[in-house]
Amino acid sequence: MAKELLKGNQAFAEACLRAGCRFFSGYPITPQSDILEYLCWRMDEVGGQCVQTESELAGINMVFGAAAAGARALTTTSGPGFSLKQEGISYLCASDVPAVIADVMRIGAGLGDIFMGQGDYWQLTRGGGHGDYRTIVLAPASCQEMADFGYMAFDLAEKYRHPVIVASDANIGQMMEGVELPEMKEHDPDTFDWAIRPRQEGEKQRVIWNRFWDIGEKEYPDYLRAKYAQMEEEEQRWEEVMTDDAEIVIVAYGISSRVAKSAIIRAREEGIKLGMIRPVTLWPYPKKAFEKLGPQVKAFLDIEMNILGQMTDDVVLASGNKLPVEFYGEYWSVIDENKIIERVKEMLKKY
Amino acid sequence: MAKVKLDTSRCKGCFLCVKVCPKGVFVPSKELGEKGFEMVCMDESKECVGCGSCFKMCPDYCIEIEE
Amino acid sequence: MEFKIPHDIDMTQQASWCPGCGHGIICHAIAQAAEELGVSDRIVTVDDVACGQFAQYALKYNSIMGAHGRVVATAAGVKRARPDALVISHPGDGSAYSIGIESTLYCALRNENILTIVVNNSVFGMTGGQMSPTSLVGMKTATSPFGRDPKKNGTPVDITKLLAGTEMAYLARCAVNTPANVEKTKNAIKKALTKQMNGEGFCLVEVLSPCPTNWGMTPEQACEYVKTTQSVAFPLGEYIDREGEAK
Repeated sequence: MAKELLKGNQAFAEACLRAGCRFFSGYPITPQSDILEYLCWRMDEVGGQCVQTESELAGINMVFGAAAAGARALTTTSGPGFSLKQEGISYLCASDVPAVIADVMRIGAGLGDIFMGQGDYWQLTRGGGHGDYRTIVLAPASCQEMADFGYMAFDLAEKYRHPVIVASDANIGQMMEGVELPEMKEHDPDTFDWAIRPRQEGEKQRVIWNRFWDIGEKEYPDYLRAKYAQMEEEEQRWEEVMTDDAEIVIVAYGISSRVAKSAIIRAREEGIKLGMIRPVTLWPYPKKAFEKLGPQVKAFLDIEMNILGQMTDDVVLASGNKLPVEFYGEYWSVIDENKIIERVKEMLKKY
Repeated sequence: MAKVKLDTSRCKGCFLCVKVCPKGVFVPSKELGEKGFEMVCMDESKECVGCGSCFKMCPDYCIEIEE
Repeated sequence: MEFKIPHDIDMTQQASWCPGCGHGIICHAIAQAAEELGVSDRIVTVDDVACGQFAQYALKYNSIMGAHGRVVATAAGVKRARPDALVISHPGDGSAYSIGIESTLYCALRNENILTIVVNNSVFGMTGGQMSPTSLVGMKTATSPFGRDPKKNGTPVDITKLLAGTEMAYLARCAVNTPANVEKTKNAIKKALTKQMNGEGFCLVEVLSPCPTNWGMTPEQACEYVKTTQSVAFPLGEYIDREGEAK
């Protein structure tokens, strides 16, 4: 199939439609708004529903209704709006309702700013709302992956009856690349035996609510732990770049990983043994990638576009706290290839 | 004369039926039911006219009326 | 006349509402309205957390327990995903007029084709009787111990005034304090469901509902209070009725 030149956000929106998503509700926020704008006309063409809601809260809670009714439903947002969606995501998790949420990340707490950034890692990976939950988080690093992960996210969500988050950032969302789009699928809301539709005479009542009321309070903890254990076992995804002989291993995701890749190519030309683990799922964290590393590794360099190095703790945990983990972050701008190489040279002297 | 079917197993003793019955068919029983509430009972000397007021007002679906 | 408990009432279990609570009467009216219209097999409900969620034990319909204040938006999502369903959202006054007022207002503005039945008991019931958007001026509650003071607490929400400027399909206020008013409540629900079937748009039926526990009254006194005080501040009647204006 021929490639089309698309913005990351558009590629994501179109791929979601092609996955059979016929319901979108969301609110304008930069740098996510292209998705809303695209679906406002494109949903009409495919006979779906696109609602510009009164708030982020309404956006996620309309998705809750549509998804509970069996539809493939989507809402998208950025930083501050993602905070507002947390209550709804907590309800989706507690009620075992699959849906897809996209967070096109920006920088900073509070308003922060609309620039490229990776400011939401903690919120994305720890369960940003109340109660015991986490979600699968996919982190695309190209416009093609925006399409691929949007398409795949619905399948994953339905596999686990659990929301899935696609976490990109202003760069990936706004830049244009050639994208091969997936095939158009239709989705039948009556696929599921749990989805809410009018009850017919003789049918058992279906209720979407806290799942422990269906499963039983005593049985629910085991049910939930097993669900998360299965996700951790089956859904860890990552990309390895020249890790076989790497002495310093960069850990970076999304746009940061793209800059890191070119730094690796340049470093290798200078004879520096640099490699990278790129987490594709931010949760479950790709611990298996770290377990595979050889004894030549001297240290890790976590590279992110935020101030505090939000992923550093996960690198420490995944590597068993055996090797030094340093952090190089940029705020307000993209990662600098030259700074990566300088930093790696310093690290090789130290370790 | 209409016939009242009263299921006191669901009764929470709100006595809205006592309040709305125009014929005084219902009276507090002075007895506690399974739920610990004082249940309602019927005064057999009173005649039900089948107006349905108790049926509409009972929040716990204890009352039906037959012809 | 015969009076049989509607088939849509689930008699195998019982909601744990307090004695004399209006919720049970309202569920009865919903079930009767659906049965009389012959649409029991088309109803889906979205219940709020707190007292309203027990409707799931009273009614046999498939339902969703939404987040507090979000059930009107959630119901709109269900309707758009399942246009053939008759969707009823079932918030209390705190949910629909306080934390969730934005969605109530915007569902009216977008004329979402759903029915919202707001149980107005002038307090936050489940949390212990705190002041709600519809607590009356002077009303003593757990958070207005000296009576609601408009200077301190603001004035109560009268939804018929707030939504007067919208093009919603139907707006009525009913009560369940007397058998005659219960009948009118049922008829308002029937009318609203009929409008939904005709695609006319957003319908909101507010029901004044006694809360004897939090009002500190007997059920009989609470029904009197609805008559002498609550329905004086919030008069009953049909406020918007755009008959036949299908969108």
